[in-house]
Amino acid sequence: MTTAAPPLPVPAGPAPDTADYLLEVRDLRTHFHVMDGTVKAVDGVSFAVKRGETIGIVGESGCGKSVTALTIMRLLDIPPAEIATGEILFEGRDVLALSDREMRALRGNDIAMIFQEPMTSLNPVFTVGNQIAEAVRLHLKVSRREAMDRAIESLRLVGINSPERRVKQYPHEMSGGMRQRVMIAMALSCEPKLLIADEPTTALDVTIQAQILELIRRIQAETGTALMLITHDLGVVAEMVHDVVVMYGGRVVEQGTVDEVLLQPRHPYTEGLLASIPSKGMRGARLNVIKGTVPNPFNMPKGCNFAPRCPYRFEPCPEHDPRIEEGGGPPVACWLWKQAPGHSIPQELHDQQVAAARRAAASNTPATTAVPTYHEAPR
Amino acid sequence: MSTQPRGGWTNGRPLVEVKNLVKYYPIQSGILRRKVGDVRAVDNVSFDIQHGEILGLVGESGCGKSTLGRTLIRLLPPTAGEAYLGGVDIFAQKGGALKRMRRKMQIIFQDPVASLNPRMPVSDIIGEGLVAQADKTNHWDKGDVREKRVGEYLEIVGLRRDYARRYPHEFSGGQRQRIGIARALALSPEFVVCDEPVSALDVSIQSQILNLLIDLREEFGLTYLFIAHNLSVVQYLSDRVAVMYLGKVVELAPVEQLYADPRHPYTVALLSAVPEPDPRLRKKRIVLRGDVPSPANPPSGCRFRTRCWLFEQLGRPENCVEEEPPLRELGHGQAAACHWAEKINPQAIGRAANQDTTRTGADADDDDGAGVMPVATEPESINAEGAAPRA
Repeated sequence: MTTAAPPLPVPAGPAPDTADYLLEVRDLRTHFHVMDGTVKAVDGVSFAVKRGETIGIVGESGCGKSVTALTIMRLLDIPPAEIATGEILFEGRDVLALSDREMRALRGNDIAMIFQEPMTSLNPVFTVGNQIAEAVRLHLKVSRREAMDRAIESLRLVGINSPERRVKQYPHEMSGGMRQRVMIAMALSCEPKLLIADEPTTALDVTIQAQILELIRRIQAETGTALMLITHDLGVVAEMVHDVVVMYGGRVVEQGTVDEVLLQPRHPYTEGLLASIPSKGMRGARLNVIKGTVPNPFNMPKGCNFAPRCPYRFEPCPEHDPRIEEGGGPPVACWLWKQAPGHSIPQELHDQQVAAARRAAASNTPATTAVPTYHEAPR
Repeated sequence: MSTQPRGGWTNGRPLVEVKNLVKYYPIQSGILRRKVGDVRAVDNVSFDIQHGEILGLVGESGCGKSTLGRTLIRLLPPTAGEAYLGGVDIFAQKGGALKRMRRKMQIIFQDPVASLNPRMPVSDIIGEGLVAQADKTNHWDKGDVREKRVGEYLEIVGLRRDYARRYPHEFSGGQRQRIGIARALALSPEFVVCDEPVSALDVSIQSQILNLLIDLREEFGLTYLFIAHNLSVVQYLSDRVAVMYLGKVVELAPVEQLYADPRHPYTVALLSAVPEPDPRLRKKRIVLRGDVPSPANPPSGCRFRTRCWLFEQLGRPENCVEEEPPLRELGHGQAAACHWAEKINPQAIGRAANQDTTRTGADADDDDGAGVMPVATEPESINAEGAAPRA
């Protein structure tokens, strides 16, 4: 277990130069205290976003990716939420230490966020022009008229035809793709340095998704906004991002560049996730399946979160938590890639382990070779 | 029950035959609820599904794919057309005969949360259909018989027997979808409409459910109409694929043929829009302009022409505007509804995709989407894409 504030885990690159980073998240733990106990929704997450770059946060529902974003935006109700530990630095300023007033100035101005469901994030009783102008007037000292002009301008930027007419429309008069454009326009109206997009295309059709992704890319190129893209779609990740953070059960299990993570996944979860996507030339063959389900958030496994479902697990996995190490080591939270305490495994054994597990997975029989001490985690 | 093996559709009459199926929803207006128009959700659709075949049905939201599935099994009344299941006219059945027919055609719904009654234990959710379909031979109205069957089917879909006493909220999304599948299969159907069964699930759970659907097809000799908007899922599962756009089937082909050599510009664009989870495959894509027009007021001629890249590339030929293209046979079991299907080739597709990158940015302002074609916006497409006529 690590508790000390760590230097940043940088995936195989030059030494961390803090000035490069727009946003740094260090060992963030967001817990929810609810009636049935405590949910560690975010449990020690660290990553960094460089200026103008795109980072992808990937994971399935309940892995903590949205809570991470909401914590950064400080949009969570405290209580029931509690930020147990961690630092969020935006341009070197500690976001968690800001007063509510300072935070309001930061939110929208410097960091903006767009949400998954474009219908529920717009107010149905105001015109879209009003809503964008409201956001503008909150952050910039401009007149009503100037704010509306800015709203029209930002709608034009997101490729909406005849924005003068559109600003007078209500959200229900627009299609899903159009509403998502409005959300993006609103988020961009104050020229933020960081845009957090939480599943921006999940509710949209593929052809509309292609339009929105194209749009986000173009705007990024024009404005130099950094993007934190939260998604479960590895296709979107491959398309859009430079760096990837893979989350599982509230923890970062692997991070690296998009090529590293998607082409040579190291963590068994990433590997399983990629293999369970039906792809070309796989017709009729059985899909790889990650066995079991995501662990109960009230009762996370003691060691590695993924151990109960992992085909490669061995002695240290159920007992000891493999965190991504600070300052060096491969950025993957898996005992296969590091030395376990009291279970230091030499390279040879590591290779054997992986090979045996791969064979076992391929022949669809349980890996029995090296899992002597594993017990099913209680549901 | 049909137990013909996969590929056995070459002989005999197909299990499901659909001829000129039409489903309109009336648009009503005013206090008198006068009918002022129709939403043409499904407009003159014909296809067959052979015994043991999986027909994939893809299209964007609002193209009528779910309406088609539901009309086919008489959850919605058809407006016109014919449909046969095993040679029996589905739309002509009434009363007891219809009820007996319902046992043969079942549906698995998309949303595993909304499709299970939260106040019923699983035993009642699965047992409800059994009670309704009980007769002198199956004795499903008897508690112990029913309980046994519910238990069997829970095990078949990979759940424990004792889950029958639990309520839906106690299950995860994937488990709920399994319950939905058990409910459909408990009646021993021949034909199952799978209406986006994996769309609401996470990737790792999605693959479990897809594997289950394939196993069940083999085990029970089922025939599926598999409705989805995810093209890779459809490709993985289907034998043949029908692509729908605005209530019409625009292309119908064996799966390999469709993905290797699409013959309708919409299919081409749809395939090009799917992001692949491989950063090496970042590709130039054909991005369609605007949104799907309103099905209450579809464009004249070919319904896809307002967003069609080929229409623009060929200099807006007149027959696209004036004549509705029929679904024509093109060989290899492939059919497409495009006047210019023969003009689609890799060069044309490449040109359309390249045009995209050149125009991104500069002239995006006077366009109504991040689309491909630098053309003046047509009045029709403006109308269709935003201000669809409403009641």
